[in-house]
Amino acid sequence: MEKLTGKSILKGIAIGKILFYQKGEQSVKRVKIEDTQAEIKRYESAREKAVLQLKELYKKAVKEVGEVNAAVFDVHAMMVEDGDYVDSIVNIIETQQVNAEYAVAVTGDNFSKMFAEMDDDYFKARAADVKDISERIVNILSGNENNSGALEEPVIIVADDLAPSETVQMDKEKLLAFVTEHGSSNSHTAILAKTMNIPALIGVSIKQEWNGKLAIVDGYTGTLYVEPDEDILDTLKKKQEEDIKARELLQDLKGKEDVTLDGRKIKLYANIGGVKDVASVLANDAAGIGLFRSEFLYLEADDYPSEESQFMAYKTVAENMAGKKVIVRTLDIGADKQADYFKLDHEDNPAMGYRAIRICLGRTDIFKTQLRALLRASAFGNIAIMFPMIISVNEVKQIKEIVKSVKKELDGQGIPYGETELGIMIETPAAVMISDLLAPEVDFFSIGTNDLTQYTLAIDRQNMKLDNIYDAHHPAILRMIQMTIENGHKHGCWVGICGELGADPELTKTFVEMGIDELSVSPTFILPTRKNIREIKLN
Amino acid sequence: MQKFTFTVKDELGLHARPAGELVKEAVKCSSKVTIRKGDKTGDAKRIFNVMGLSVKLGEEVEITVEGENEEAEAAALKQFTENI
Repeated sequence: MEKLTGKSILKGIAIGKILFYQKGEQSVKRVKIEDTQAEIKRYESAREKAVLQLKELYKKAVKEVGEVNAAVFDVHAMMVEDGDYVDSIVNIIETQQVNAEYAVAVTGDNFSKMFAEMDDDYFKARAADVKDISERIVNILSGNENNSGALEEPVIIVADDLAPSETVQMDKEKLLAFVTEHGSSNSHTAILAKTMNIPALIGVSIKQEWNGKLAIVDGYTGTLYVEPDEDILDTLKKKQEEDIKARELLQDLKGKEDVTLDGRKIKLYANIGGVKDVASVLANDAAGIGLFRSEFLYLEADDYPSEESQFMAYKTVAENMAGKKVIVRTLDIGADKQADYFKLDHEDNPAMGYRAIRICLGRTDIFKTQLRALLRASAFGNIAIMFPMIISVNEVKQIKEIVKSVKKELDGQGIPYGETELGIMIETPAAVMISDLLAPEVDFFSIGTNDLTQYTLAIDRQNMKLDNIYDAHHPAILRMIQMTIENGHKHGCWVGICGELGADPELTKTFVEMGIDELSVSPTFILPTRKNIREIKLN
Repeated sequence: MQKFTFTVKDELGLHARPAGELVKEAVKCSSKVTIRKGDKTGDAKRIFNVMGLSVKLGEEVEITVEGENEEAEAAALKQFTENI
């Protein structure tokens, strides 16, 4: 048994096999082969497997992101079977008497060069697709199939670090836990783990040899056991069962009101990252959606999502929520969330750079497409629109002008839209300080505590070294929240919190005392937060 | 031998998705199907050949169909390309 410790992100226990997740781009060795016919056979079966994997990925993507966006995997399958590509690989194995991995890697390089040298940006970028399929085949050949995203059984993912684009590909139903060497408690992986309510450990020195071994992640103590002893396995299995029972108890809270003992009602909403999360919102009985992170529509696509595809996503969510409030946050890309096709310049200080509303106000074509899709969808449910990263009244005025012009355009075309509340994220110290001036301009405030904390404490969310001084309960943050609520209420704005702090059980009472109107939390935190609210007595 | 031309109307040109669809249609044909842009030609049944032409918005492409069922197959392909 090996026992390691790390920083725990979520209290809970996971037991299962380890899958060691390796980044692509591994080096391929050239090996001399005697039996070239057998090597070609080995390549052919890897090719068939690659096609099968891509068909699976295509099916999964159709469900999650729609047919148009899923088509890329269909094309990848065609590339794997392309005559020229196949001929080249077979030819290299035969004439150079080398291993299949090497032949695939060389062919992949040659074909991707062909695209890289083209004079059109779109086709240039296809070099990455060729690399992707070649890596897939090489991974199958060398028995390293972790990057496929299609998990065959529930696993504990062990990785150096994980990028948002990598986690998007993973089969969420088969993730038991994450263990990473890098990343901080605010990294994307950590947030994903919290959203999914699965244990995660960071800062663990990982080993590739663990791949396939049984392990336990104990999120209560921050311990990872690889090949655990019988008695530890028994103890933790029991603890896991207790957890499950406690969770079942919470299910009793379904259908109950979000109200304190003395009768103050709180709007308890859910945060979601895509259409697929709506099921979990409904299962956990949220009163609405307080934060729909629309950037996932952009991050999961290879190109700007069309008005139609966005409209369908917003409409689906609005319809499924059946008249309950759905607050969609407009595109919040930049900083740690990047999509290649935006072609954003590299920045030395991206958290304070060209991101979110700054991009939208600079590239109004993208912004207007999203607003049109949102307004059109508002005819099918109760949609509200929220704008991120606001620092000035002038920005809000500009936004309102653009919204007005989009509405006028829709009017001209006879396209219907509903009543939509407009709100802003309060996530910069500037917005807090001028919240009295911002409030008359909008219908609601939603406090984004993650960015607000990072900007106020001057602590980089991604920097693991700063985790020890990162204090989510810092009085500066709590005073800012208080100030925002007071200024909002003075001018008839309702005020909510959609950052992670909203789900912090130690603060629920504090926020309610401050006068918060709404708390928006990950779907899995709805019922625990409801329990807290229902136990509060204000006076 | 049957020949027809079409102009690409998609903003991104003959990008991955329509190129893939065209290849799927071409593969259905028993005839030899060739795609040409300017002085470059390729086998329309091979995705890398088709994408390798890097056909952009507004560019004209010629399709040649050669085989026993060339008339019917060219007609089917022509109909398909009208929506690209």
